[in-house]
Amino acid sequence: MNVHAGDRTLRLDNVTCVFDGGYVAVKDASLTVNDGEFICIVGPTGCGKSTLLNVAAGLLEPSRGNVSVFGQELTGMNKRAGYMFQAESLMPWRTALDNVALGLEIRGVPVDKAREQSKFWLEKVGLAAHKHKYPHQLSGGMRKRASLAQMLILNPEIILMDEPFGALDVQTRQLMENELLRLWSEDRKIVLFITHDLEEAIALADRVIVMSAGPAARPIGNFSIDLPRPRDVAEVRLTPEFLKAHSAIWDVMREEVLKSYKQFEGASHDA
Amino acid sequence: MTRKPSLPFLRLCQIGLFFFLVLAWYVLTAFELAPSFFFGKPLVVADRLYQWFATGKIYIHLWTTLLETLLSFGIGTIAGLAVGMWLALDPFASALLDPYVKAANSMPRIILAPIFAIWFGLGIWSKVALAVTLVFFVVFFNVYHGVRDVSPVLVSNARMMGASSRQLLRYVYMPSATSWVFSSLHASVGMAFVGAVVGEYLGSARGVGFLILQAEGVFDINTVIAGMVLLTIFALILDTIVTIAERRFLAWRPSQGSQRA
Repeated sequence: MNVHAGDRTLRLDNVTCVFDGGYVAVKDASLTVNDGEFICIVGPTGCGKSTLLNVAAGLLEPSRGNVSVFGQELTGMNKRAGYMFQAESLMPWRTALDNVALGLEIRGVPVDKAREQSKFWLEKVGLAAHKHKYPHQLSGGMRKRASLAQMLILNPEIILMDEPFGALDVQTRQLMENELLRLWSEDRKIVLFITHDLEEAIALADRVIVMSAGPAARPIGNFSIDLPRPRDVAEVRLTPEFLKAHSAIWDVMREEVLKSYKQFEGASHDA
Repeated sequence: MTRKPSLPFLRLCQIGLFFFLVLAWYVLTAFELAPSFFFGKPLVVADRLYQWFATGKIYIHLWTTLLETLLSFGIGTIAGLAVGMWLALDPFASALLDPYVKAANSMPRIILAPIFAIWFGLGIWSKVALAVTLVFFVVFFNVYHGVRDVSPVLVSNARMMGASSRQLLRYVYMPSATSWVFSSLHASVGMAFVGAVVGEYLGSARGVGFLILQAEGVFDINTVIAGMVLLTIFALILDTIVTIAERRFLAWRPSQGSQRA
C-alpha cells in the first residue's frame, strides 16, 4: 500500500464479501473516494450496496481485499466515520437531547457538557423545540433529523449513509436532502451515500457509482455530476443537465435492475 | 351500542354492584340459605378486620408479609436481571443451560417449600426463598428475550460511535434489559406476593398467610375470609404502586394510540 502523509482518501481495494452459506454479496469491488467528495452508490435492491458500506465502516470484515482510510489500512471499526442507518437507530428510552448527546458520553464527555453540545446540534437540524421528546413522540422526519445530529455531533471525517431517507414521504425527503446538503456544504466531508433512487443520487452527489445486480456485485459505472452547487434537490431535477445525466446513468442501470427483478420475482414472470 | 359509558356512571355501577353482592351475601347467610358455617357472615368479617386494626394485632403480620414480598421481589429481580443478561449475551452458556432452565421453570415451585422450610426454618427466609424462585423466572425470561431482541441497528450505531463492549452493556443492553424488568413488574410483584403468602400458609409463625392457616385449623371461616379480604386490598395497593412506578419509568414507551407513523 502506498502510505503517504496527506492522503485524504477512502479506498476500497478488490473487496470481496462471502457470507455464511457461500453467498457472494460483493466481488472484487474497488472504489476511491477523494477528500470532500459526495459519492452516491446506486444499484438495484439486494445488490450489496449496504454490504460495501458496512465494510467501509468496519462493521463487516471483507473476506478478501482491504480498506484504507486516509492511507492507513482499516482494522476494526472505522473511527473516522459516522454512520447513518436506514432503520431506526435512536434509543427509544432516551430523549432526542440524550440521543444526540450519546456519542459524546461514550467518548467520555461529562453529561452536562454533552447535553450542551447536543442542544446546539438539535438547533442546527431544527429540533430545538422537541429536544425533550422521546423518539416515538417524533415524526419520521424528525427522527431522521435527530439521527443526523447524533452522527454529526461527533464531527466524523467520513460520513456513511445507508438509504437514510428511504422511509420518508417525498416532501419530507426532499427537505431532508436539502438539509443534508446545507450541513455538508459547511465543511465538505467525504460522504458515501447509498440509495436505490437514481434521482436522489444525481441531485445530491458529485459522483454516482452504479453497482451491478447481485450476487457478486461490483461497481460497473462511474459518472461525474457537474451540476452547480448549492443545489435545491427539487429544482435541480428539472434542469436539462440533470436529465442528461439521468438518461446516461439509467442506460447502464436498466440492465441490472431487470436482472435483479428477475431474480427476485422468479423467471416465470417475464418482465 | 358501542358508545362507552361515562366514567362517573361506570364507577357508580361498580360500587352499586359491590354493595349488591355484599347485601346478597348478608341476606343469604342471615337466613341460612347459605350455611354461615361455610360462607361466614359479612358483619362478623368486618368486625374481625376492625378488631385486627383496632388492637394493632395485625401490623406485625402485615409487616412480615410485606417484608417477605419486598425481599423476594428485590432478590428475584436482581438475580433474574443478572442471569438473564448473562445468558442472553453468552450463547454457549445459554445453549448449555437451556434444558435446565426449562426444567426448573416447568417444575411446580410450590413443592420446594418443604425443602426451604428445612433449610431456612419457619422464619421469613423460607418464604423469601420460595417467592424468589417464582419472581426469578418472570424477570429472567423477560430480560433474556428483551436483550436478545435488542435491535442490531442500535448495537451497530453505538459501536460506530466508538462504544466498547462494556459501554455497549451500559448504554444499550442494560437500559434495554431494565425496561423489560419494568414491563414485567406487575407479574413479578404479584409472584413475590403469592410466594410469600403461600409460604406462610404452608408453615410459619407470622404473616397474613399464617393468620389464615390458624383460623382454618379451628374452622373459623370468618377470620379466613377477613384474611382474604385483607390480602386482596394489600395486592391492589401493591399493584397501584407498580402502576405509578411504571408511569414514571416507562415514560419513553409509546402508549397505545399515541404512536406516530
